Amino acid sequence: MDEPQIYAGLAKTFDDVFDDDSIQVTPELSAKDVDGWDSLTHIRLMLSVEKAFKVKFTTSEIGSLKNVGDLVALIKQRC
Amino acid sequence: MNPLFAELQWLPRVPQEFSSRLRALPNSDGPLGNELQSLASSALDLNQLTKLSKVIDKARVNGKSLDPLAPFRLAILSNSTIDLILPALVASAARHGIALDVIQPSYDQVAQEALTPDSKVNSSKPDAVLFALDYRALPLKLCLGDAQASDAVVNGVIGYLQALREGIKANSNALCIFQSFAPPVETLFGSLDRALPGTLRSLIERINCELAEMVLGSGDVLLDVAGLAETVGLSDWHDPQLWNMAKCPFSDQLIPLYADHVARIVAAIRGKSRKVLILDLDNTVWGGVIGDDGLEGIQIAQGDARGEAYLAVQRLALDLRQRGVVLAVCSKNTDEVARRPFEDHPEMLLKLDHIAVFQANWSDKATNIQAIAEELSLGLDAMVFLDDNPAERGLVRTLLPQVAVPELPDEPAFYARTLAAGGYFESVAFASEDLARAGFYQDNAKRANLQKQVGGVEAYLASLDMTITFQPFDATGRARIVQLVNKSNQYNLTTRRYTDPEVAEAEADPAVFTLQVRLADIFGDNGMISVVICRPAEPGVWEIDSWLMSCRVLGRKVEHMVLREILEHARAEGISKLTGVYRPTDRNKLVVDHYAKLGFTKVDEEESGLTRWELFVAGTDPESAPMRIASRGFVGTKENLPA
Repeated sequence: MDEPQIYAGLAKTFDDVFDDDSIQVTPELSAKDVDGWDSLTHIRLMLSVEKAFKVKFTTSEIGSLKNVGDLVALIKQRC
Repeated sequence: MNPLFAELQWLPRVPQEFSSRLRALPNSDGPLGNELQSLASSALDLNQLTKLSKVIDKARVNGKSLDPLAPFRLAILSNSTIDLILPALVASAARHGIALDVIQPSYDQVAQEALTPDSKVNSSKPDAVLFALDYRALPLKLCLGDAQASDAVVNGVIGYLQALREGIKANSNALCIFQSFAPPVETLFGSLDRALPGTLRSLIERINCELAEMVLGSGDVLLDVAGLAETVGLSDWHDPQLWNMAKCPFSDQLIPLYADHVARIVAAIRGKSRKVLILDLDNTVWGGVIGDDGLEGIQIAQGDARGEAYLAVQRLALDLRQRGVVLAVCSKNTDEVARRPFEDHPEMLLKLDHIAVFQANWSDKATNIQAIAEELSLGLDAMVFLDDNPAERGLVRTLLPQVAVPELPDEPAFYARTLAAGGYFESVAFASEDLARAGFYQDNAKRANLQKQVGGVEAYLASLDMTITFQPFDATGRARIVQLVNKSNQYNLTTRRYTDPEVAEAEADPAVFTLQVRLADIFGDNGMISVVICRPAEPGVWEIDSWLMSCRVLGRKVEHMVLREILEHARAEGISKLTGVYRPTDRNKLVVDHYAKLGFTKVDEEESGLTRWELFVAGTDPESAPMRIASRGFVGTKENLPA
């Protein structure tokens, strides 16, 4: 799967999780930029990404993510 | 993970317009309850449930009425993080007719909240308190092989739960809902864990038994989480990674299932469980079509793989009746034909005595279900309707949204399981009166009369997005044509049977006009559903030799569209008159008025009941129905394909 496809998939997942289709999913995007991106929503986001891309992340992978760019790189490794 | 449970497959799939309807909701006037319940009634996933609950919370904050949802205040005491679960509970409760208000104290303050008189939970005066505890909340000390010590552990746990209960009873007098405990997957010895006292598995099993007894004796309520976890599988239920990361007590993928189960219990406490199971007959209660296949042809026998699937449906219905659920029948059939298996088929478990209201006729099912509700003096929201046909399910859902209509899989072996999985008849207590209830309704029920038609059938037909395809007979369709000609009994005007060579002969004869008709709709392709053969009689006249149709598409005005097509070709061929005959058999009473309804004039009636009809082609314009028309393969006419 190439990066544009991953970003397109993530945009849909972000909309599902945050109920906000105005979020621009960029590599730099992180929790501080999005209203309602707290620790619990973060879990729901990770679970939703796993489901949407049919992948499983390890606890340390999830812990090491700093922004969307890291997440995309992780997904790219798997699909 | 088994999708029946993980994806709530008894519920219809989420409609495409879910998000737009959700966004429109805050702007609508009047109480929001009906629309909220409708939005909640498909198989929503965790994100969709969360979105819906936000809309409900916002409506509540803005002081909007949630009527007719019944308000219920539920306090939840838990040793785990239930924040992911709470929104799902609120949205799932709307599915069951409940406006749920959740009180959630701080994390892991179970004992403090229960035992302190002015705690958040006790001072909020909840209707019920749910102890959403899992095994990790319990003081479970391993005492391998030590029966005495393990007794002490079990007694200690039950004593703790009883103390929580007494705290709530004394301080807020709320109803207590306890959960049984799902044991962990990991064993110590292996199989021995169940037998040996003091292992985690045997301790938890004993605690569940004692808890069930405690609840049954006290008037409290049990939510059988252990049973739910066993049903989906413990290894799918427990997700250690999610527990470590978020202290979420079970897999996120099962949150919609758990939430629906909590909502069922709450609805049952509020008296909102359903009371009546309405059964379709053909291909739901037996395999095959009684009107076509006859008593010998339907599949219901033990030892027949398909027959046993339908027997399982009957057995479940009968068991439900024993616990007080009322049974009714709603079938498109001639009444006496539909009753015959109940009276005369030796393998039938269901007998006419078990059915409180028996509605077999040719009216639409929404009208019949309404008649059943009136006959029983029960609301539509007490009804569950089981039918294998997706179009009938769709019609009832559209016209009578209060009726629960489970989706069914293609394989009838899973019908009974799917019906049971829907939990429509959830009950929190069982009284001896329940045993007599089904009989009570039955004594009062007479056969309901159908008078008024439910409005909106036309609109529903339009929403089916039907395409009807007309073709002359051809080699590709011949096998199915022969099958229909020889199998159709009910919607068959003359019941003339033809062999394959005879059909081929009609196909090749340019003087004979033939039609094979297919119908597709939003639920899929129904395949070939009607066959017509017109033969030249005197000059300028076509005699309708055969006209038959599958009962699956009754009530769609297919016959009107077929007549329009015949007329069009008749005109092109210079035909001025159609003649038709109705030859009565013991199976085709359904079509006794077929020609009258289509505007033909009766010209003769014989003593046998045989009637002859005619229709002049010029100036005749039969009623049309909302469907696209594709007409192809006819010599000398141009192709007519839908845009």
